[in-house]
Amino acid sequence: MTILLLLAPIGLPLVASLVYAAAGWRPRTTAWAGVVSTALLGADAVSLAATVTRHGPVHTAGGLIRADALSAWMLLGVAAVALLACWASPAYLRAGRTSARRARWYGVLLHLFIAAMAAAVLAGNLGILWVAVEATTIVTAFLVGHHRSRTALEAAWKYVVICSAAIAIAFLGLVLLYSAAKHTGLSGEDALDWATLTGHAHELDPAVTRIAVGLAVIGFGGKAGLIPLHAWLPDAHSQAPAPVSALMSGVLLPVALYAVLRVKAIADPALGPGYARSLLLVLALATLALAAALLIGQRDYKRMLAYSSMEHMGLIALAAAIGSRLAIAALLLHMAGHGLAKTVAFLSSGHILHRHHSSQITDVRALATRMPLLAGLFGLALLALLGFPPAALFASELGIARAGATAGLTWTVVVAYALVVVAFVAITAHTGRMLLGPPPVTATTDPPAAFTLTAAMPLIAGLVGVAALGITLGPVSSLMTAAASIVGAP
Amino acid sequence: MTDLSYALFLDLAAGLFLLAAIGVLWRHQLASMIRLFALQGAALAAIVAILGIHEHSLELILVAVGLGALRAAVLPYLAWRALGDSPAEARETRPVVNVAASLLAAAALTLLAYAVTRPLVAMLGTSPASTILPAALAVALIGFFTLVTRRRALSQVVGFLLLDNGITATAFLAAAGVPLIVELGVSFDLLLIVLVLQVLTTRLRTTFGSSDLDELRELHD
Repeated sequence: MTILLLLAPIGLPLVASLVYAAAGWRPRTTAWAGVVSTALLGADAVSLAATVTRHGPVHTAGGLIRADALSAWMLLGVAAVALLACWASPAYLRAGRTSARRARWYGVLLHLFIAAMAAAVLAGNLGILWVAVEATTIVTAFLVGHHRSRTALEAAWKYVVICSAAIAIAFLGLVLLYSAAKHTGLSGEDALDWATLTGHAHELDPAVTRIAVGLAVIGFGGKAGLIPLHAWLPDAHSQAPAPVSALMSGVLLPVALYAVLRVKAIADPALGPGYARSLLLVLALATLALAAALLIGQRDYKRMLAYSSMEHMGLIALAAAIGSRLAIAALLLHMAGHGLAKTVAFLSSGHILHRHHSSQITDVRALATRMPLLAGLFGLALLALLGFPPAALFASELGIARAGATAGLTWTVVVAYALVVVAFVAITAHTGRMLLGPPPVTATTDPPAAFTLTAAMPLIAGLVGVAALGITLGPVSSLMTAAASIVGAP
Repeated sequence: MTDLSYALFLDLAAGLFLLAAIGVLWRHQLASMIRLFALQGAALAAIVAILGIHEHSLELILVAVGLGALRAAVLPYLAWRALGDSPAEARETRPVVNVAASLLAAAALTLLAYAVTRPLVAMLGTSPASTILPAALAVALIGFFTLVTRRRALSQVVGFLLLDNGITATAFLAAAGVPLIVELGVSFDLLLIVLVLQVLTTRLRTTFGSSDLDELRELHD
């Protein structure tokens, strides 16, 4: 039974992908196969979470596939965002008048992408985790270039080159870590198994481990949108189809940060908490500063959302640097809240783009009076991202600040939150200009397609999720505590 | 194989491995870059094969055969196909850093590789395999340098492949290779990445006329 629970998250999306390859994308039938598959994935993630909360970590395939509370938490996030993205996909492709051929490719690649992310969080071996993260780059390359425009092609090129270089650097780090682990006498199969490695971390050669951890954090950090290998992120997020942007921002970045967390769990006992902490603090503050600076003068609303993702990844890296249990719990809540809210923001930005044929902020005016439902959802998603209660991000940002103050990093936290406030003001100003203001004088030739309640359903569901997580954790609180104690220092 | 000839062959293969990377920085013609990359793939396979023969490991020898097929034949062939109709004319005309400075940088990067691998060599102890570790890391660094300083799409691909060759060599010299299942996954991913890059290069050429990445200037802040 557990074997099935562990393999289904990878198998279900693969089946969905095969369905699209065989039957194509048919608006009334197969278009919904993705929703069915991701709903089943969600059910699987829930029962896996229940299993690991009750019985502790489970594994199969000789430890290659493994789930503990942290993996289960990540899998829940993947399933939730994937469900929303698949639910919103039929409306998105219809509005974009996508050809049958491209829609088929879209279905195939989207589900391979979900399968790769599920494999990454369920991998029990750092090598397999690496292979899965690299696979996400491969399958999303053509999703980023889906629109075939010059800009989409440029974004896809940058995305593949920068991300594969970043992930190659991470691999060099893993190779050195593997070499250090083998030197302590671990067998080849165990030397990349993170559960074994974490247990033997104090035996690792510190000088080699230091280089290895530095390379792995910078490499996986690049895939998570942290400086210095972040340049792909704004381009890829702004050019990809909205549901793909939602998945990339909402779960792909957290999955890469999950890899950083696993590496950190090995680094801390081997090198003491100071090393990974100072490395992550530098990356977090630099990323926050860059995101805040580029948000101020931003003219494109999809790029604005992309830089907001960088800002939130900076905050999450800050929480990882703090590293206490409270900080890690806040980090996990922040990942979940940001994932859902950013999904709604990207999905609604896709609808806005289809109705204005421009992603410039100045081309969108008075959305609140012209399309109140769409404007309301977009506005609420951004309010959630800005950290207004009852969104989960309010609680998590408070938690990160408190954990930082407790850990004696008060000044770092003050600097980080000052940058967050800059980003807050910039996003509020840009969004205000889009939603409010006088309606455009020149009446558009044909009125844009109406935004129906059916198309709004996934967005509403996402917002309800963010608010619910912010109000009460309910049954997932024990899972979160268990997950936080795996990585967090007591 | 005696210990002396083992060390000699290993040094020879590693020297060829590093020289091929420096040659990529030196040449302008994309076609000769690809030939040098194929040569480097063969040198990498030789390093792994020599290690395998020395350790009497059939698995390593088989891995060497697979690596050779992938990196000295399949990947160069894919890169060659991405050159388009007139392979002889495709040149790296204006690299960000000129050739003379690139070669100096390669020397500096090799020294850096020596400095960085010191803890690793100290951990592994002096052996023929660990003494050539700096060469492997130097190739990875030179590959990264090629990736960031060249403007043609295909030279960037070759840079990425050099980076990957260097990392693979490091893996074999420092730990006799990662577990087979990981190695298979890595090779498969690498093949797919190169396929993706090949398709993108072709699309770039049809959309932008040439694959000079200077044309890619539409997305910025």
